[in-house]
Order: sequence, then structure tokens, then C-alpha cells
Amino acid sequence: MSASYYLRRTSTYALLILLLILFLIPVYMVLATSFKTQQELNLLRVWDPPQSLRMDAFTEAFNTLLPYIINSLALTIPATIISAILGSLNGYVLSKWRFPGANVIFPAMLFGMFIPYQSILIPLFQMLKSIGMYGNLWGLMVAHIVYGLPITTLIFRNYYAEVPTEMIEAGQIDGADFFGIYRRILFPLSVPGFVVVIIWQFTQIWNEYLFAVTLTSRNSWPITVALSQLGAGQAINYTVQMAGSFLTAMPTLLVYILLGRYFIRGLLAGSVKG
Amino acid sequence: MPRLSRDRWTAILMITPSIILLAVFVYGFIGQTLYTAMTDWGDPRKSAALAENPTIEFIGLKNFQDLFNGLLNYRFRIDMVNTVFFTILFLAACLGLGLLMAILLDQKVRGESIFRTVFLFPMSLSFVVTGTVWRWLFAPNGGLNMLPTLVGLPPLKLQWFIDRTKLFTFGWPDVPKIGAILLVLGLLIYAGEAWLHKRQRSAIIAGVIGLGLAGYFLIGQPKLTDVAPTETHGLNAAILSIVLAATWQMSGYTMAMYLAGLRGIPEELREAARVDGCNEWQVYRYIILPLLQPITLSAVIILGHISLKIFDLVYVMAGDTNLQVDVPGINMYLTAFRANNFAVGAAIAIVMLIMVAVIIVPYLINQFRTEVHV
Repeated sequence: MSASYYLRRTSTYALLILLLILFLIPVYMVLATSFKTQQELNLLRVWDPPQSLRMDAFTEAFNTLLPYIINSLALTIPATIISAILGSLNGYVLSKWRFPGANVIFPAMLFGMFIPYQSILIPLFQMLKSIGMYGNLWGLMVAHIVYGLPITTLIFRNYYAEVPTEMIEAGQIDGADFFGIYRRILFPLSVPGFVVVIIWQFTQIWNEYLFAVTLTSRNSWPITVALSQLGAGQAINYTVQMAGSFLTAMPTLLVYILLGRYFIRGLLAGSVKG
Repeated sequence: MPRLSRDRWTAILMITPSIILLAVFVYGFIGQTLYTAMTDWGDPRKSAALAENPTIEFIGLKNFQDLFNGLLNYRFRIDMVNTVFFTILFLAACLGLGLLMAILLDQKVRGESIFRTVFLFPMSLSFVVTGTVWRWLFAPNGGLNMLPTLVGLPPLKLQWFIDRTKLFTFGWPDVPKIGAILLVLGLLIYAGEAWLHKRQRSAIIAGVIGLGLAGYFLIGQPKLTDVAPTETHGLNAAILSIVLAATWQMSGYTMAMYLAGLRGIPEELREAARVDGCNEWQVYRYIILPLLQPITLSAVIILGHISLKIFDLVYVMAGDTNLQVDVPGINMYLTAFRANNFAVGAAIAIVMLIMVAVIIVPYLINQFRTEVHV
């Protein structure tokens, strides 16, 4: 092992640690700001650590955001579960029951996950308004379920494609019908697929902003819209904004830290073949 | 076997609701947006857009003409220029940084999972969180500008996303000319490459079209510009701040893609190259990077379509009046949902859709063509 080897190892670690610090600078800033009081916050000394861990900003952000956190949960949980179940059924059909036209229909479905949602937003808004689903969580939920279908279908289709066709045929010989095969063979194997899809949809819907800001009114704002309005009064209160950012990030961040492996799988599934 | 065919019908029946939903919510709504874009619905000179029965007239492509050439739509043209520069810079930053991080992590480092977790965690955040946090980091009298004071240096004076500097300025009437030059160059480069790879037919077709266009622009000197108003555009330096925040959030994604690719390259291949006398640099240059090319393509398409439709990050960070960093997504939202000018909002949305479709449709077709062949 030569000197050049040690030089390479050292510079590798040096670069990695430098990048690590750069990536964590915003995290430090969020924490350092949110543990300060509004009086303690000084632009010139903004990088100083807080004198003590004051929870004032967190308390205020939490109290202000709580109704919107509840909105987001009431939106995200059902929308995630419904789009996962529909995606699982679609994936089952597309991977195991090839039907005429499937080769055209599936890519046509996938196109729906790439479009800029601006291009469907005006008709969506009009339709939801005409059936009384504008300005509450129902319309937003419908939007997330429908526009979540392409990705959930894609992930399950690719997941079920790995299940050997012989298992399906064996089920058919044993007399299982369409639902019997799903219930007894595919669904029990689906747990990792469901974990990937549920994490993905939960993160997407929790974090989404464009639908949220156009389809809801003040009472039904999800957390992202409420955060964007937080502390935006006469004088912007940055301690509360940073504490609010932390609270908004918390659920998806926890999911990422605890189930990162599945999060990455969903992430890579977005590049179609993964 | 009647049983089997009954099951097949059940299968088709089960997927039909999803197909109908997507047919309506994607294709039907796009059609409706396209129609709206060709009307005057919400024109401020006419009746209220949200009236019970607004009078809506069909006016063809006029909204699109006005967006690109009308005096009042300066903001839209800024948006287009900003989007192009933002996309190029954002892609370059994410690909470069992502590849660097992946290669570093591929060196069998200790604590790899810690580094990987940190580089990727911003992906799990909302663009709204990123926008809020980076607006605070970009505070002109605080934030990142104060970082040098930690080591006793004077604070920076950067204006970040409110910077008014314009680089590489050009006039809007020059855009067709610049586009034509780039198109001709692209065709000729493609022709040259096809020739080198012994695909004569493609080479000749691209070469003839390229040279023909070049001749047409040189000799014909068509007047492409006389309808456009005179106005100056350029790369707004403020865009770099958005690129910085967006890269912080998304470069972990390219890292994850490249890392997955690197892990898929068998160790024997590298060993073989080393035995043949390649040093570490050459192993990457000649063996690994060429194998990662399909991943680069995927990353360009995924990140490219995200950056072309970006809205929340910029809107939350810079607000609705900052033209230095304005993008079509913000303009569409404000035009349609604040000013209730649905027709022009729809026209902006259609332009966005076309930009995204140009890169996504060939990608999807290609993905599924190869899949069928395999």
C-alpha cells in the first residue's frame, strides 16, 4: 500500500466530510434558530448556538399548525391507503393478466405522473367546484388518489412481475379464480411492495403544495399551505417559521430515517424501470 | 377453458375504473385546458370570469401569440428564459455532485450509510420546507452571508435571489436566431456521430436537414423577428440561489441512482481492467462512466421534467413579485387563480406541458419498446 493509496483515502474522507458539513448547514440553522426566542434572534449573530433550549417557538408553531397537521393526516392516510390498494389491483392485472391494448394503455397511464399538474388544474378546479368538493379536503383527496394511480400501479406492476407465473398457474389448477389468486398468492407476498408504495404516497401527499394551495380554503389547508403562511404577518417571525419547518418535516423525515431502504426503492421506481 | 376467460374479463373489469379515471383526469382535462387556452375566458376587459354564465369566445391561437410576442406578456418570456437557464444549471449541478458523491461512497468507506443518509435526507422534505429554510439562509444581512464572520472574515454582501444582475444578455428578437443556430449545430453534431458509428442513413438525413436549414438561414435571411417587441433577457444571477437550494434537495437523488448503477457493475470487470494496466482514474474513465450512461439519461429526464414544472420551491422562497427568479409555474398559478384569467393561465400550462412532453414521451416510448424486445 503506497503513499498514493493513503493520499487517496485521506482525500476521499476529507471530501465526504466537507460535503457532510455542507449538507447539514441548513439543519443547524433550523435548529439554532428555532431554539431561540424572538428577542434573542440577532441577524449578525445568527450562527451562534442558542443560549438555552427555549421551546417558545416550537410551542407557538405547534399551536398554530395543529389544526393543519390534523388536516394533513386526515388527507394523507386515506388517500395513501386507497391509492395503494388500487395500484396493487392494477399492478396485478397488468403483470399477470395481459389483455389486448395493455402495451399502449400502461405507458399512457404512466404519462399521467409526469405531466405538469398546471395543465389539468383549471378543469380539475372547475369540476370539483361544480360538485361541491372545492374548498374542502374531499377534492384534494380525489386529486391525490387519481394522480397517484400511475406511480402506485407502476411500482406494483414491477413488483408482481417478479412473482413466477408458475405460481399463478398452480393457483388456477387448484381452482382459484381472479380474486382467489390475488388473496391467497399475491397479496401475502405484497408486504414489501405495500411498504414502498405507502411510504412513497405518504411522503408525496404530505409534501405536496400546488393542489393544496389551489383546491382548499383556510379551514382545510394541509400543513404545507399553513407553513407557507406561518409567521408571514407584519414582521416575519423566523424562529416560529423555522420551528414550523421542523414540525412539517418531522413525519416524512422519521419515515425516511426508519425505513430509508424502502424510501429509496420508491425513489428509484420513479425512473420507470428502476 | 371458459373459466380462464371469465377471469380475464374480471381482470379487465377491475382495471377499467382506473383507466377511465386517468382518461378523464389526464387526457380529458388536458383537452379541456387546451380548449380553454384558445378562448378569452377571464380576459380582464370582459365580464367576470367566475360569473354564472361567462361569455366565452373562441379566439384560436391568439393567447399563445400574445405570450410570445405581445407587449403585455414580458413576464412570461422572462419565465421561459429563467426556466431554460435554471434547468441547465440545475441538471449540471445535480449530475456532477450526484456522481461525485456516488463515486466517493463507492470507495468502500467506513460509515457509508451515515454519509448516504445525510446526502439523501433532503429528498424526503417538502419543497415548501426547503423554500422556507433557504429564504432564511439567504437573508441579505444574515444567514449564509454571515458565515465568514465565524472565522473572523468580513460578512459577504451577496444579494442571493433578489440580485438584479443579468449575465449573457440577449434581445428577445434574437431568440429564434439563437434557437436556429443551436438546432443546426445539434443536427450536424448528431450527423457526424451517426457517421462515425456507421449509421449512414441517419447521418445523411440529419446532415441534409442541418445543412439545408443552415443554408436557408444564411441565404434566405428570413425575418423571424419583426413581430417580437424589443426587450432584453439574460441569465439572472438570482437563479443561482434557486439552483443552490434545489441542488441541496435533489442531488441525493442522482447520487442514489448512480450508486445503484455502480453497485450493479461486477467487481470482475474492474479487476480485469486493473490487470490490463488501468489505474483507478482510467477504470472510471473507460469502464465505469460509459456503463453509467443510461442512468445519466434517466436522471436528466426525471430531474429535467421536475425543473421545467417547478413551482412551490420558488414561490415559497421568493414570493409572487420577484421577476428575477420567476418561472412559468408561478405565472400560471397567479394568472389563473389570483387574476382569474383562465384562458391565459391555460395557455401557459399548455406551453409547460409541451416542454415536459417533448422529453417524457420519447423516453416512455423508448422504455417500452426495449421492454417488449427483451
